[in-house]
Amino acid sequence: MMRLELVKRPQRSMLFSALSPFIAFALTIIAGAVMFALLGVNPLTAFNIYFIEPISQVWQLHELAIKAAPLILIAVGLSVCYKANIWNIGAEGQFILGGIVGSMVPVLFPQFEGPLVLPLMLLLGMVGGAAYAAIPALLKTRFGTNEILTSLMLVYVAQLFLDWLVRGPWRDPQGHGFPQTIQFNDSAVLPELMPDAGRANWGFVFALVAAVLVWILMSRMLKGFEVRVLGSSPRAGRFAGFGLNRMVFFAFLLSGALAGLAGISEVSGAIGQLQPVISPGYGFTAIIVAFLGRLNPLGIVAAGLVLALTYLGGEAVQSALGISDKVARVFQGMLLFFVLGCDTLIHYRIRVIGLALTKPEGVAKLEAAPKLKEAR
Amino acid sequence: MDITVNILLTIATAATPLLIAAIGELVVERSGVLNLGVEGMMIMGAVGGFGATYLTGSPWIGLLAAIAMGAVFSLLFAVMTLSLATNQVATGLSLTLLGLGLSGMMGTRFVGQPGERLPNLYIPGLTEIPVVGRLLFGQDPIFYISIALTAAVMWFLFKTRTGLTLRSIGDSHTSAHALGIKVIRYRYLAVIFGGACAGLAGGHLSLVYTPQWVENMSAGRGWIALALVVFASWRPWRVLAGAYIFGAVWIGQLHAQAFGIPVPSQFLSSLPYLATVVVLVLISRNKRLTMMNTPASLGQPFVPDR
Repeated sequence: MMRLELVKRPQRSMLFSALSPFIAFALTIIAGAVMFALLGVNPLTAFNIYFIEPISQVWQLHELAIKAAPLILIAVGLSVCYKANIWNIGAEGQFILGGIVGSMVPVLFPQFEGPLVLPLMLLLGMVGGAAYAAIPALLKTRFGTNEILTSLMLVYVAQLFLDWLVRGPWRDPQGHGFPQTIQFNDSAVLPELMPDAGRANWGFVFALVAAVLVWILMSRMLKGFEVRVLGSSPRAGRFAGFGLNRMVFFAFLLSGALAGLAGISEVSGAIGQLQPVISPGYGFTAIIVAFLGRLNPLGIVAAGLVLALTYLGGEAVQSALGISDKVARVFQGMLLFFVLGCDTLIHYRIRVIGLALTKPEGVAKLEAAPKLKEAR
Repeated sequence: MDITVNILLTIATAATPLLIAAIGELVVERSGVLNLGVEGMMIMGAVGGFGATYLTGSPWIGLLAAIAMGAVFSLLFAVMTLSLATNQVATGLSLTLLGLGLSGMMGTRFVGQPGERLPNLYIPGLTEIPVVGRLLFGQDPIFYISIALTAAVMWFLFKTRTGLTLRSIGDSHTSAHALGIKVIRYRYLAVIFGGACAGLAGGHLSLVYTPQWVENMSAGRGWIALALVVFASWRPWRVLAGAYIFGAVWIGQLHAQAFGIPVPSQFLSSLPYLATVVVLVLISRNKRLTMMNTPASLGQPFVPDR
């Protein structure tokens, strides 16, 4: 029988640390080619439609930026959590709450206009996302409740709450019964960056700024060091006087605020009103973005653009080839699998052991024994 | 009386998939592996079960297909976490994401197609006994499997030598390895068993609970099953009790919606998820109980040194 054996490297391999996202992407492409072939589509045609055509014109690059902005914003926050070994997987819910709380201004006070509206909305969005993220943080620090399950359960609750709002109290009375709020007034809409060239809005700028700020935080400031120490060795962190509970709150509030900012940016920029569904799973896809970007904010910018492309490509193959746009989800899932698998190469060498090649265990032990003595 | 029996029957139907998935995950976690991919394996089981039934016309073949689908899908997780020692949390998440995507793609052609329900048990004479007849002898086959499975897992974990070995691996994989136990092999088998259970639970959804294919039809049940294992502090009989409590909550909110209780349906629908959070908080408040029962090496990757 064939067997894989991991041999620990003396130190992490810088080479594979840099290469592994690319290897993972290449493997995804190969697996994707097999998948398209199984679906009866020429892989080259499919890849052209999936990866090349959606970004061959300037306005399409703007669409890419629209999709990438929330992914980057959320993933940058999640990277801090995951570095600290804190598992916030409820960003989707924090995104929704950010969208809801930020929308209070234009929905409840439609007459309120002026330059103050947008900053207030963005601020409220961040507060909403952070407050929602504070729930699992509080439960974890107070009662030791597993944050993975609580943060995830709250996603379902947030989705249902939004559904209730737009069908119930916040429904546009002149909306012909459609489940949506009123269109936001002009001063509540996030402006486009270059209206002549495409639809991309300020959300993308927020994402880039957030990435740079978090990068500075993580690599140049004490807080970033604290995150890394507590993540890799909570015991060492305690000796250094870093509080684990404070870190749980810090990581959740930061990632919740960024997810909330992404939510309100999406609602006020790309959509312009609240509707029952405001996210095609950005909060979950951002988990993939965070890992593909090696939990490094600058890597996450690149990874966010790649994952945004999988969304656009999914839409493109659906309209051009009649394949379900779920193909995007499959690509995203495969990508994460391969990234995680390739990450093993950073810490381990992999030896493939077949039956014929292995020495009987006794022989191997005999050979190893004198070496052990020498070592002593 | 008939109403009570009907309600009890629907509760059992709602509890069964939770019970099966949670029992499978319990064995996995007892071996020290945390597989967060239950939701993904479940939905793959659901689409596999429905698809096989649709293509062959036999829900029994569908049942087997659901189990096989879950097991094969879990193998992906096993190879990654056990042979490649990847992060179990992240890998489990990716299994769920991939499962939701893959099932959606595979199921496109099944949307809106009529399904075939697994027939209920019927034993002439026994099933007609008033009240208890239908409860004991008139349910769907997977219900009986779920009860038998719980009993079998209880016996296996606590009454057999292999079960003891499995638990010892979960508590300290290094000690077990030092004793010459094949840690990785045990864990492979445990993960695949968990996958088969999750697949069966998914099959229950698309062959019994609502015999049709709807995208994302697992609706977070895989995650609730994970919570149930924590709630049960890794004890099979408590999983059984927990699954039926959750089944009751699930059915209760559906009935409340049907009766037109003046509470928005969305609030009622969010009850099972909120209940999960509350239950998790209640159980984790008792820190000693949790500490005592949690498999000590849960979620930690293991690379045998030699």
